[in-house]
Amino acid sequence: MSQPAVEVTDLVMRYGDTVAVDGLSLTVEPGTVTAILGPNGAGKTTTIETCEGFRAPQAGSVRALGLDPIVDAKRLRPRVGVMLQSGGAWSGSRAHEMLRHMASLHAYPLDVDLLIERLGMQSFGRTPYRRLSGGQQQRLSLAMAIVGRPDLLFLDEPTAGLDPQARRATWDLIGELKGHGVTTVLTTHFMDEAETLSDHVHIVDGGRLIASGTVAELAVVGAEDSIRFTARAGLDVVALMAALPVDTKVVEVAAGSYVVNGAVDPALVAAVTAWLAGQGVLTDTMHVRRQTLEDRFLDLTGRTLR
Amino acid sequence: MSLDLSPRPGAAPIATMVRHQAQMELRLLSRNGEQMLLTLVIPLVLIVLGGRSEQIVDLGPGRPMDIITPGILALAVLSTSFTSLAIATGFERRYGVIKRLGASPLPRWGLMVGKIAAIVVVEVVQLAILIGVGLALGWQPHGGAVAWIEAFCLIVLGTAAFGAMGLLIAGTLRAEATLAVANLVYVLLLVGGGLIVPLDRYPDQARHVLELLPSGALGEGLRETFAGAGADPFSFVVLIIWAVCCGLGVSRLFKWE
Repeated sequence: MSQPAVEVTDLVMRYGDTVAVDGLSLTVEPGTVTAILGPNGAGKTTTIETCEGFRAPQAGSVRALGLDPIVDAKRLRPRVGVMLQSGGAWSGSRAHEMLRHMASLHAYPLDVDLLIERLGMQSFGRTPYRRLSGGQQQRLSLAMAIVGRPDLLFLDEPTAGLDPQARRATWDLIGELKGHGVTTVLTTHFMDEAETLSDHVHIVDGGRLIASGTVAELAVVGAEDSIRFTARAGLDVVALMAALPVDTKVVEVAAGSYVVNGAVDPALVAAVTAWLAGQGVLTDTMHVRRQTLEDRFLDLTGRTLR
Repeated sequence: MSLDLSPRPGAAPIATMVRHQAQMELRLLSRNGEQMLLTLVIPLVLIVLGGRSEQIVDLGPGRPMDIITPGILALAVLSTSFTSLAIATGFERRYGVIKRLGASPLPRWGLMVGKIAAIVVVEVVQLAILIGVGLALGWQPHGGAVAWIEAFCLIVLGTAAFGAMGLLIAGTLRAEATLAVANLVYVLLLVGGGLIVPLDRYPDQARHVLELLPSGALGEGLRETFAGAGADPFSFVVLIIWAVCCGLGVSRLFKWE
């Protein structure tokens, strides 16, 4: 197996009495998009910033592209693109000026004009950073992260505050970067973002890794899938259950409202509709609901607000 | 042409990075109106008023312009290398600029060199204008070439001492506190720091304290130099000690975010 792009081993980070990261280990395979999900205060940003070399691990170790982010900072920094959760530009600097400045620190930067066009930044080029909208600041920050043509990208909540169009554009760009072999590590609160973009998801809570896998793997574990349909009241649910695979349960939860619980797949849907057809029953509505990443996330991290 | 997103990492040559960094800092400084007020307008107003200063304060024996001009040059050094630098750096920390640049190929020492270069350029322009205006208003510097060389050394040391002080404050306090402290220190040193008013106009006890301040050392050193008497080596020593102590403080205590 190739060397991981990022390797965090037993990382511990504290701020005073607060333990932000509590023995976290995770790896990121090269050429993938990896999402780190977690509630607020889970330790996502601290973990990412340790990989970026902003702070030294208090225990454990981190490696990015096989290098120690602090000892090998000089070799590592040009190869890593960073998008901070907020800020990162002079309040008085103009958007294009800031981007060109960042490009000037690199040997082979992206074509700045094409990048500006690609991210739709033409309209606010001369606007000082402090007067940019949140979404414009995010786009500038993303542009600053990729302009140096890095091997490895760390994006801390890259689409927070973006409108749907800008979010799609960002997703497309991250996908395209992956096509060129760039490894991306991103944190996000948006489950659809993680589902759409990432090859691999790490769910972090309380400074620990609590689940890890592909989106499909994570969503399926312990799945409680269901088919809900409405039809005339009083159908013989026992007879229906007999026509379905073992372990499938059917309940009439309210008059004319039925829920089928079990491993939902195309065959099960076909079996339900076939039985209904045999009874001469026309369903009014039918919903297939599979567990989403969000369900799984909430199961794992609880529903209390932090 | 389409955007080529394939990775091709690499740092620009260090000299290029530092040059771009200095140019960027310089552009931002020149765009900031308050900085211009501090670095040019206040010293200019004072130097113009200085010619008539005998009607306002008694600066002691000698021509008012000869007493006040070296003090104004010292004030210009204070405003740029201390106040401007501290405020700008404080807000850079607040807005994550220093943090973001810390993740770029620009090394931290390169960031500092860029800052220093920008300050030096501002000071050169500022001092050239003030010296020109001073001479036009009748300032007569004595001591010939030796005096100018001594003055140059004093200004370099003063810049180092005030700059290190400014970075120490900006690197340890919050941005708002830095703003307040930097302006307060500026006003206090301007009024009572031995910067513009000669030390022999102060009471004896006060004078012994003021001699030990970088403002007193720079102001008095420049006045003595341009009086043709040659600067007291003590002024150089005081400035060196401040520069070294604050410099060590910066290297130990400066918080990058």
